[in-house]
Amino acid sequence: MDIHFGIQNIIFILALAAAIWAFARQWNKIWRNIKLGKPLDRTDQPGARWKTMARVALGQTKMVRRRYVAGFFHVVIYVGFVLINIEVAEILIDGILGTHRILQAPLGPVYDAAISFFEILAVLVIIACVVFLWRRNVQPVARLRSLSGWPKRDGNYILVIELVLMMALLSLGAAEANMNNLNTEGWLVTSQLAPLFSGLSQEALHWVERGAWWFHIIGILLFLNYLPYSKHFHIIMAFPNVWYSRLSAKGKSDNLERVKAEVQLMMDPEADPYAADAGGNGDDEDERFGAKDVQDLKWVQLMNAYACTECGRCTDSCPAHLTGKKLSPRKIMMDTRDRLEEVGQVIDQKGHWEDDGKSLLYDYTTPEELWACTTCNACVEACPVNIDPLSIIMDMRRYLVMEDSQASAQINTMMTNVENNGAPWAYAQADRANWIKE
Amino acid sequence: MAEMAAENKMPEVLFWVGCAGSFDDRAKKITKAFAKILQKAEVSFAVLGTEESCTGDPAKRAGNEFVFMMQAMQNIEVLNGYEIHKIVTTCPHCFNTLANEYPDLGGNYEVQHHTQFINKLLEEGRLKVEGGHFKGKRITYHDPCYLGRANQVYEAPREVIRKLDAELVEMRRCKSNGLCCGAGGAQMYKEPEPGRKDINIERTEEALETKPEYVAAACPFCNTMMTDGVKNSEREGDLPVLDVAELIAQAEDL
Repeated sequence: MDIHFGIQNIIFILALAAAIWAFARQWNKIWRNIKLGKPLDRTDQPGARWKTMARVALGQTKMVRRRYVAGFFHVVIYVGFVLINIEVAEILIDGILGTHRILQAPLGPVYDAAISFFEILAVLVIIACVVFLWRRNVQPVARLRSLSGWPKRDGNYILVIELVLMMALLSLGAAEANMNNLNTEGWLVTSQLAPLFSGLSQEALHWVERGAWWFHIIGILLFLNYLPYSKHFHIIMAFPNVWYSRLSAKGKSDNLERVKAEVQLMMDPEADPYAADAGGNGDDEDERFGAKDVQDLKWVQLMNAYACTECGRCTDSCPAHLTGKKLSPRKIMMDTRDRLEEVGQVIDQKGHWEDDGKSLLYDYTTPEELWACTTCNACVEACPVNIDPLSIIMDMRRYLVMEDSQASAQINTMMTNVENNGAPWAYAQADRANWIKE
Repeated sequence: MAEMAAENKMPEVLFWVGCAGSFDDRAKKITKAFAKILQKAEVSFAVLGTEESCTGDPAKRAGNEFVFMMQAMQNIEVLNGYEIHKIVTTCPHCFNTLANEYPDLGGNYEVQHHTQFINKLLEEGRLKVEGGHFKGKRITYHDPCYLGRANQVYEAPREVIRKLDAELVEMRRCKSNGLCCGAGGAQMYKEPEPGRKDINIERTEEALETKPEYVAAACPFCNTMMTDGVKNSEREGDLPVLDVAELIAQAEDL
C-alpha cells in the first residue's frame, strides 16, 4: 500500500474533527430544544415501528405516492446520497491515512463496478437537482411558489451545493483518468469526461485532482454543518420521526389526562373533594390545558418541526388552504420550529429559559388559522415523513377554548348545547327518539 | 334498549343514532332507512332513545376536553350499564369517537359503521339487493374524513354501491386523498373563516366533474354539505345526494 502521510493529512484530520465537533454541538442544542417538550411514551410496539420506518423513511413509500415527478427524482437524490456515501467513507479513510483510493487494489473489478455505479448516480443526482431547481424557480409548482425569503433560499442552496459536490466528484475522476500512474479505465462516466482535462500537464492534473478532492470533502463537512440550520435536516430527522410517529387510527385524538382525572372525580359520588392531590399529580398544577407555546407541546411534536422539509404536500392537500383560508399546515410546522429556535436562543444567551413575552400562539400562529381547520387529517396523510400538524392545531385550539375562552359565539352556543341538551343543537333530550314515530 | 333490558333480552347490536340522526330532518331519513334495513335483515337491534347523548365529538374537536369528557363518561356509564358490546352507527364522527376515544375512558366496544354492517349483511346473505333501481346509474361516492382517512374504511361503502349494479365513478380526489366536505372539526356549527370559496362548493364541483346521476355519502354532515353544494350549483332537482343506507332502502323499496 502506498502511504504518503503528510501535512495534508494533519490538516484533514483537524478539519474533520472540527466539523464533527461543530455538528455535535448543534445536534445537542437541537435535542435540548426537542426535550423542552412534554414527555410522551412512544416506545410501544417496537416491531411495528421498525416496519413503519423501513417502509416510510427508508422505503420512501409516501414520497412516490401520487407525486410521480417529485417522487422519482427525490428517490434518485436519496439513493445517490446514501450510496455515494460509501465512496465518501473511502475518502475519509484516504484523508486520514494518506492513501489513494485504499479499496481499489483489494476489491479490483468490484471496485471499478462500484465506482461506475456511483458515477452514474452522480450524473442522475445532477439531473435531479436541475429538475428541482427548475421546479422551484423557473416554473415553480404551486406548493413551492408560495415560499419566499429564507425558506426559498434554503431550498436553492441545498440543490446548488449538491450539484456542485457531484460535479467535484466527477471532476476528480476525470482528472484521475488522465493521470499516467492510475488505473481508471473501468470507470464508466469519468472515462467519458476525461477529454475535459486531456490538455493538462501531469503536474496540473495533480493539482486539479487534489483541488477537486479537497473541494468535495470540505464541501461535505460544511454541508453537514449547514444541516442543523436548514430544512435539509430532514435527512436525519425523518428516521426517528417516522419511528416515533403515531400508530393508532388517525381519527384518534388524545384524551387530556388531567381533564380525565378531574371529570372522573366530579362524577364519582364517593370522591372526597377536599382530598389532597385531587387532580392526579400535584406538580401538574401550573400545567396549561392545551398549548400556548412550544414548551406546552409534546417532544414528538417538536421533533416533527425539525423533521419538516417544507415540501408543502400538507398545505397542498388542506381543504382550508385550497379554498383560500389562512391555514397552512406547513406554516404550523415552520412556526413551531422558528419559535422553538427562538426559545433555544434565549436559553443559549441566558443559560436558562426566561419569559420573552412571546408565544407560538398569537405571535406566530393566529387563532384565525387554527379555527379554519376541519380536522380532516389530509395533512397527516400527505406528509412523507408522518408529521402530525393536526395534533399541534388541536392543542392550540384547546388552549384557546379552555384557557383563553376564545371560542366564537357560535362555537360557544354549540358547546353549551352539548353540555345542557346532549346535542350540538338546542333540541330537547326528550325528543331524541321522535324519529321512530314519524 | 331499556325495554329490552327489562325483558332480560340482549340485542345483536346497539344502533347508535347520533344527534344528527335524531334531530336533523334530513339525517332522520337516513336513520329510518338504516332501521328499515336492519328490520328487513331481521337483525335484533335496540336504540338508547332518550338515554343516548352526544358523544362529545364536536366539543372535543372545538378544543373543549371538559365537555367531551363529561359526555363520554356519562355515555360509557349508560352503555356499560346495559353491558353493550356491539355498536353500529350511521355517523362517522360518533363511530370514530366511540371506537378510538372511548376505550381510554373505560368504554370498550366493537364499533362498526353502518356501511360496514350493511356490507356484511349482504356478504352473509342476510340481506339481498337487486340492482334494478340503480342499475347502470353513475354514482360518485364522497369519502367522509372520519370514516376514510381517520379509520381506513374505504372499501365497505364502495362494495355496497357496486352490489347495486351501479357504475361507481371516482372523483379526482378520493379515498386517502379525498377532500373534506368542510363540516368536520366543529366547522358545522360556525361560519367558515374568510377565504375564496366554501369547502363544500369546491367538493361539489369535484363531484359534478364526474357527471354523476347520484352523489352517495356515508355521513349525515357530509350529506348536508354536499346537498347545500348541489343546491348552490342549481342541480337540486336532478341530482340527489343520498346516504349509502338510503340507496339500499330505495333499491329494495323499503
